[in-house]
Amino acid sequence: MRYDLQIIASWIDPGARVLDLGCGRGELLRFLINNKQVHGSGIELEEDKVAACIEKGLTVLQGDINAEVLDYPDLSFDYVILSQTLQQVYEPDKLIRAIMRIGKRGIVSFPNFSHWACRLQLLYTGYAPVTKQLPYQWYNTPNIRVITIKDFRKFIDEVGLKILKEVAINTHSQNRYGKIIKFLPNVRATYGIFLIGN
Amino acid sequence: MSEYIEHDKDANSVGIVEKKLYTFAEPPMEMVLESGAKLGPVTLAYETCGTLNANRSNAILVLHALSGDSHVAGYYQAEDDKPGWWDNMVGPGKGIDTNKYFVVCSNVIGGCMGSTGPCTINPKTVLPYGLDFPVVTIGDMVAAQKELMDYLGVKQILCVVGGSIGGMQVLEWTVRYPQMVKAAIPLATTTKHSALAIAFNEVARQAIMADPAWNNGNYHYGPKPNLGLAVARMIGHITYLSDESMRLKFGRRLQDKSDFSFNFDADFQVESYLRYQGKKFVDRFDANSFLYITKAADYYDMEKQYGDGSAVKAFAKARSKFLVVSFTSDWLYPTYQSRSMVKAMKKNGLDVSFLEIEAEWGHDAFLLPNERLTTLIRGFLERVCRENTS
Repeated sequence: MRYDLQIIASWIDPGARVLDLGCGRGELLRFLINNKQVHGSGIELEEDKVAACIEKGLTVLQGDINAEVLDYPDLSFDYVILSQTLQQVYEPDKLIRAIMRIGKRGIVSFPNFSHWACRLQLLYTGYAPVTKQLPYQWYNTPNIRVITIKDFRKFIDEVGLKILKEVAINTHSQNRYGKIIKFLPNVRATYGIFLIGN
Repeated sequence: MSEYIEHDKDANSVGIVEKKLYTFAEPPMEMVLESGAKLGPVTLAYETCGTLNANRSNAILVLHALSGDSHVAGYYQAEDDKPGWWDNMVGPGKGIDTNKYFVVCSNVIGGCMGSTGPCTINPKTVLPYGLDFPVVTIGDMVAAQKELMDYLGVKQILCVVGGSIGGMQVLEWTVRYPQMVKAAIPLATTTKHSALAIAFNEVARQAIMADPAWNNGNYHYGPKPNLGLAVARMIGHITYLSDESMRLKFGRRLQDKSDFSFNFDADFQVESYLRYQGKKFVDRFDANSFLYITKAADYYDMEKQYGDGSAVKAFAKARSKFLVVSFTSDWLYPTYQSRSMVKAMKKNGLDVSFLEIEAEWGHDAFLLPNERLTTLIRGFLERVCRENTS
C-alpha cells in the first residue's frame, strides 16, 4: 500500500466508522477493513474504480465527493479521509466543513508544492514545476490548487478547525516506501498528512 | 423486459428446471389485497435452482419485470431453444452462483405464466376472471411472494434482486419485510414511475383496449386482441432501447430492400424489428395481464406509501444492505431516479453501493450479458454472504 496510506491507516482506531473520499480502487478501505475491522465506505467518481471496489466487496458509491458528502447525517463517521485529492477540489473550504459535519475527525493528505524541487524548477527554469508528485503540465493537470504545508496550516486555522496531528513525508506518489520528515518539512517533504478536528 | 429475445443456448447452465405451483389463500381465507378486494385461491408458479443450505441462509429471490416469468434460468427440456430469461446471470459459477445460493423466482400475481391472474378461471363463475380480476399492486405481488418463501421454509432472504418492475418489488421487500431481507439489488428501477413512464404505459394500454377483439377483457373464447397487444409491445420496446442503441442497431437502414416501397409496409429495419417483436409477444403473453401489471407499476409509489411522500422516511424502515445499479442510456428509469433513492438510503445511514454502468442498450441493459454487472453482483453477494455468516 502507498506509504501515505500506511500512515493514515496507522492513525485510525480499530472498529471505527470510516468514509474514504476519492477511494480509488479501495486499497486503503480494504486494508482498514481487514486489519482494523473498520466499518468502511467510499466515494469515487470513475466507473472502473467504483466497479473494482464493489467487486472486492466494498461499500462504495459512484459520485462527486463534493455533492455526495452533503447527504450523510451529522457525525456519521469517526474518520473522513481525503487523500491526495484536496488539490483537485474546487471549493476546499466548503468540502472541509462538510467533512467536519459528517465526521468527528478528518484526515487530509496532499502533495506539498513548496518542496525544494518545485522551488528550484520555478526559480531556475521559470517553468511551472513538474515533479513526480505533480507530473502534469499546467494545461492538462487535474490539480487546480497549489497547496503547501504552511498554507494548509493557515487554512485550517482560518476555517476555525484544529490540527490534531500532522506528519510530513518524503515518498513518491505510488510508492510503498518513504520516510517521515521532521526537519524543514515545508521544504523537504513531498506530502503533508493532517488529522483535523473541531 | 425483452426477456426472451437476446439469449442463446449456454453450455454452462443450471440444466433442467421444473415449474412448480404453490396454492394458498383458499376461501374463506382469501388474500386481502391493498385495494381491499379479496383474492383466493392464489397460485404462484415458481422455479428454484441450487440447494437451500442447512441453516437456510443462502436464499436469493429473483424478481422478474413486466414480461418475465418464473423461468429465470436453465431449460424445461433438453430440446428447448432458449434458456430462462436471466440465464446469463444465474447458474453455476455465474454472477448469482447456483453452486452457492438457493435461487427462487416466481411469476407475479396478475401475470399469465402460471400464477393467478386475469386469465385464470374464477372459481365463482368458472370463467376466466378477465376484468373481474382485482387490480393488484406491487405490494400485493410481494405479499404473495412472502407466502411462497414461508412455504419454502425461508425465513431470512440473503438477497432480493430484480430490475425494472422487478426492482420495484425489491424495494418493496426491503420496507415491507425489513427484518427478512439481508441485502437488496434494485437494478434499473425507481421508487415511483415518472409521468414519462406512466405515459408510455397508458399508450400501450390504450392500444390494447382500442382493439375491438379486446372486448372489455372478455376474449378468452374468441379472437384475441393480438393487434393491440402487439402495438403495446412495440411501444414497450421503444422505451427499453435508447436513441443510441437504435442508431447502432438500425439507423435508417431498410429491411430487405434498396429503396422505399412507397406504401405502408415495413420499409425500415426498425419498423420490421418492432413488428416482429410485437407479433412474437402475443404468442406468449396475455393482454389483460399487460394491463394489470403496467397499472401496478404505475400505481407504485413507495415514498407515498411508506414515507408520506418522503423517500428518506420510507427507507427509514429498511434494514438491508443495498447495491443500486443504473445504466447511462436508460431513459425509462434514468439514473437520477436511482441517485435519489441512494440519497435517501444514505440519509438513513444504510449500507449502500451505487454504480451507473456505461451502457448503450437502454433500459434493457440489465438483462443483457454484461461482465461488469455480473462481477458487481458476484462481489456484493460474496460480501453479504460473508458478513451474514460471520
